[in-house]
Amino acid sequence: MSAVSLLAQATTTPQLRTPSVDWWGVMPVLLLAAPAMVLLHVSSLIKRFFTGFYAAVTVVVALVTAGWAIGLWGRVTDADRGPFSTMGGAYGVDGFSVFVIVLLCASVIIAALLADDYLRRERMEGAELYSLIMLSAAGGVIMASANDLVVMFLGLEILSLAVYVLAAMHLRKVESQEAGMKYFVLGAFSSAFFLYGIALVYGATGGTSLLHVSSYLAETVPADNRLMLGGMALLLVGFGFKIAAVPFHSWSPDVYQGSPSPVVAYMASGVKAAGFAGLLRVFVVGFADQRLDWQPIVYVLAVATLIGGSILAVVQTDVKRMMAYSSISHAGFILVGVEAGTSQGVSAALFYLAAYTFMVGGTFGVISLVSRKGDDHHDISDYRGLARERPLLALVFTVFLLAQAGVPLTSGFFAKFAVITAAVDASSYWLAIVAMVSTAISLYVYLRIVVAMYMTDAPGEGHAVDGAEAGGDGHVAEAAAVPDEPAVVPGGPIRIPWTAGVALAMAVVVTLVVGFLPGLVQDLSRDAVPALVLAGR
Amino acid sequence: MTPLLAAEAGEHAASFPLLTSIIVLPAAGALAVALISKRRPDTVRQVAALFAIVTGAITVWLMANFDRGSDGFQWVENKRWVADLGIGWHLGIDGISLFLVVLTGFLFPLAILAIKPEHDDKPYYAWLLLLEAGCMGVFVVLDLFAFFVFFEIVLVPMYFLIGGWGHGNKTYAALKFFIYTTFGSAVMLVGIIATAVLSARATGQGLTFDLVQLAETQAIAATTARWLFLAFALAFAIKVPLFPLHTWLPDAHTEAPTAGSVILAGVMLKLGTYGFVRFGLYLFPEASHFFAPLMLTLATVGIVYGAVVATMQHDLKRLVAYSSVAHLGFIILGVFALNSQALTGAVLQMVNHGLSTGALFLLVGMIYERRHTREISQLSGLQKSAPIMAAAFTLVMMSSIGLPGLNGFVGEFLILLGTFASHRWWAVVSATGVILASLYLLWGYQRVFHGTPQGEENENFKDMNPRETLAIVALVIPIVFLGVYPKPVIERLEPSIDRLLAHVEDNVDGFHPADTPEPERRSAEDLSKVAADASHEEGGHEGGGAGDGEHEEGEQQGATDDAGHEGGAGE
Repeated sequence: MSAVSLLAQATTTPQLRTPSVDWWGVMPVLLLAAPAMVLLHVSSLIKRFFTGFYAAVTVVVALVTAGWAIGLWGRVTDADRGPFSTMGGAYGVDGFSVFVIVLLCASVIIAALLADDYLRRERMEGAELYSLIMLSAAGGVIMASANDLVVMFLGLEILSLAVYVLAAMHLRKVESQEAGMKYFVLGAFSSAFFLYGIALVYGATGGTSLLHVSSYLAETVPADNRLMLGGMALLLVGFGFKIAAVPFHSWSPDVYQGSPSPVVAYMASGVKAAGFAGLLRVFVVGFADQRLDWQPIVYVLAVATLIGGSILAVVQTDVKRMMAYSSISHAGFILVGVEAGTSQGVSAALFYLAAYTFMVGGTFGVISLVSRKGDDHHDISDYRGLARERPLLALVFTVFLLAQAGVPLTSGFFAKFAVITAAVDASSYWLAIVAMVSTAISLYVYLRIVVAMYMTDAPGEGHAVDGAEAGGDGHVAEAAAVPDEPAVVPGGPIRIPWTAGVALAMAVVVTLVVGFLPGLVQDLSRDAVPALVLAGR
Repeated sequence: MTPLLAAEAGEHAASFPLLTSIIVLPAAGALAVALISKRRPDTVRQVAALFAIVTGAITVWLMANFDRGSDGFQWVENKRWVADLGIGWHLGIDGISLFLVVLTGFLFPLAILAIKPEHDDKPYYAWLLLLEAGCMGVFVVLDLFAFFVFFEIVLVPMYFLIGGWGHGNKTYAALKFFIYTTFGSAVMLVGIIATAVLSARATGQGLTFDLVQLAETQAIAATTARWLFLAFALAFAIKVPLFPLHTWLPDAHTEAPTAGSVILAGVMLKLGTYGFVRFGLYLFPEASHFFAPLMLTLATVGIVYGAVVATMQHDLKRLVAYSSVAHLGFIILGVFALNSQALTGAVLQMVNHGLSTGALFLLVGMIYERRHTREISQLSGLQKSAPIMAAAFTLVMMSSIGLPGLNGFVGEFLILLGTFASHRWWAVVSATGVILASLYLLWGYQRVFHGTPQGEENENFKDMNPRETLAIVALVIPIVFLGVYPKPVIERLEPSIDRLLAHVEDNVDGFHPADTPEPERRSAEDLSKVAADASHEEGGHEGGGAGDGEHEEGEQQGATDDAGHEGGAGE
């Protein structure tokens, strides 16, 4: 039963019939949201905890949530019990939502580990960032589980409002303020589109529950489906904004550039995963029968996103912007999986999201370390000679970049492979070719960074010629060669705190292990099919 | 299905995963090298050499124990990798891949031992060993997915080798190399997936990426298969490189460090030609036959164009690089002539080109190391101060030209012979490439080695030291051996090649491999005898040796005429 008709009932009958709640099923939301609230309050009462307390709490919360979700996995993939829905069918728990919840938790963990030292470095210690990340992830969980458009909107707003604040978190940086403002205004704008889309779908079908919409449209052939088409288009705009698909992408480079780097790690992985979870749920599952209507639009969006993202990335000089555009191009890839509209497409998109979460989390982790104190060393020249100064960090970054480029034996390759397989299986050959060609284009972007790290400014060459730049890139010359001329860098040398080290190690291990043994995640993503289930009373 | 087909394909299963070990060993070596302290460059070098030598020894053992009567894949391993998508770890070698594996196993230890990097030994050797693992992988896998993985992964070490240890415009060359090749493989990946998906759809069975299974069932409609072939061919044509997709090669070859050039020319270009044989002829026999005229034309254009452009080069290394374009054209010619002589010649020529061009790059590298220039105009009269190098260069150059008695002749002769039988005019035009080869190489040689040394640096040019001499000798031995006695190679090649051509014949309506008509198919002895006879005829002049350009050119013309004559007589 839909939320709206419930409301209608509440007004007419004195006794409010509340739907049953399966607390086990909705626990992941509570597990994330409740500690977030508590943490805020506790931090305002007790000022001094041991260093890294908030990050530790966040990591533990995310781990517990992920553990809970994994417990649910056994239940929803069990042949006898299967997926279920609760709260009057508005909230579904299936393999799909469990998979996305685990991804969100992973993204929260990476972001929290990166944020710990970052906040101390930037002198903005506090519980707010962690609380907001957890709240935002709770919104993401709701989006991944929503079986009702109104619940979807609820999740979307919880997710987004927290992230708007997160973007503007760095108080002393005007770019961060700008990012928050831009994200908020455009985000609110897109939410309006989304809401209007819900209204139109409601008008066309008489309900907002995805189950209701799909069964109504399966039974009834409307004489005039303009209302439904309009609704779908507006919903697509709303989602397109969240996943930063071209032409709704213009906010993302600015926001990524200005926001604190650990927050960007979360934005690029968690927010995007939640956005795609919503998109897949609403379109591939809810509007499955309208596939022929929305597939061409998604096709065009995918092509524009792939090409736009990869080509615009080429002309950037700011690494964070480059990665913003590359993440747009990744969104295009996932859209290819969405466009297939099959369960294989969903599974491929999930695999991509899983691989992408760790790649991009790691990528922005490295960026946040290289940005040094002040979070403002993002130019590609700041990466010159990184391989000499920090060989391991450069190597790890190379792994992430090559994974993003889809080089084999990294998770990124199999992710692309899975998506292309789904597209070819759905006979979208040209889309597959466009996707692969865009990969080749964006390879240039990744290799430019690798070139900067490994092949430019070898000691003794670059320094003499280009003294100013050599000073700016934090190059520590070989002690023997230039003993008394340590490079003077405003932000100081690159430090790698152990928390960030753990996050990067985790990301790199996942990227490589999944690259060698893609079957591990492939099997899970295959089983993580979304389902619409009527609520059991 | 799988065991049945495997039996059909005459596969011999392996008891010990030897083929896996020749992939894993170099990779393990790379890891080992990475773990050694960079303050001990000698240890790094020794460990790297050890791993490469052991790998090489295994490949030699494989060659010695190769069942030469069998036409199927040997030492087969078949394990699941991603069961859900029908991706397997399917390895196996037949006569065609055997020698490429041996070539890889031979050239890498040589490159590691013969050439010291200018700086940063540790990552250099690690990348080199990873490259070896990747190259081995390409030659031994029989699964489309795994093939793509290796085909693509080799770019990473090579990219770092060119970009990190190269010369001149190295970053540009490395980027161009990586991105150019990736464009081709991007399309090939779609082709690979489409092949598997469409085949599964046609047979109604589960998805599989197994090459043997896909090739033996041939479930895809001919017109579709042509498109798929093109998707594969683009990637291979870039890798070979086939005219007009060769533009990355001169840059990459020229700017790469010496070992990089040796491996690039010796092994990596073979990934493309091998791909054409394994994933062109075997997987898409009908399409290969359909597109053969196109490929032959491109190959012929490449031969003539590569030769002409090589003649015009001022840079010695670029000259050798363009000579590769021409030589690889010959190999493609042999592959798509679609008969056993030409194909045997093509596989032989893959090995030959690896040896002779590898040696040429080694020599050019030595010159560069001493003079820090590759400009031909800066070099002169080196013969006076470096007679051993001059002699070595002469011999290697003659092998590259295709002088009878050396390996290059056997391959080119068989290719032209076979091509003449099936596609006469292509063979006629291509034969001019042989003449042009003697022109550009001998002219280049004259300018560099002959005359009186100009300037102090050329006068005091140091001759090869024992280490360098040893490296060149190691390459010269197989060069001479294969020229005089190619039988061991040909007899191992023949069953696999016959089987491949029979496969093409079975799957293409109305196609019969047009060998030079003889009562029965030539046996290995016959083939090697033809080559040996021919080289015997010409062998008398061989001692005439170094330097006289006009003389050699005339001689080469004789050899070409002879090839034409043989074929013509058969008609």
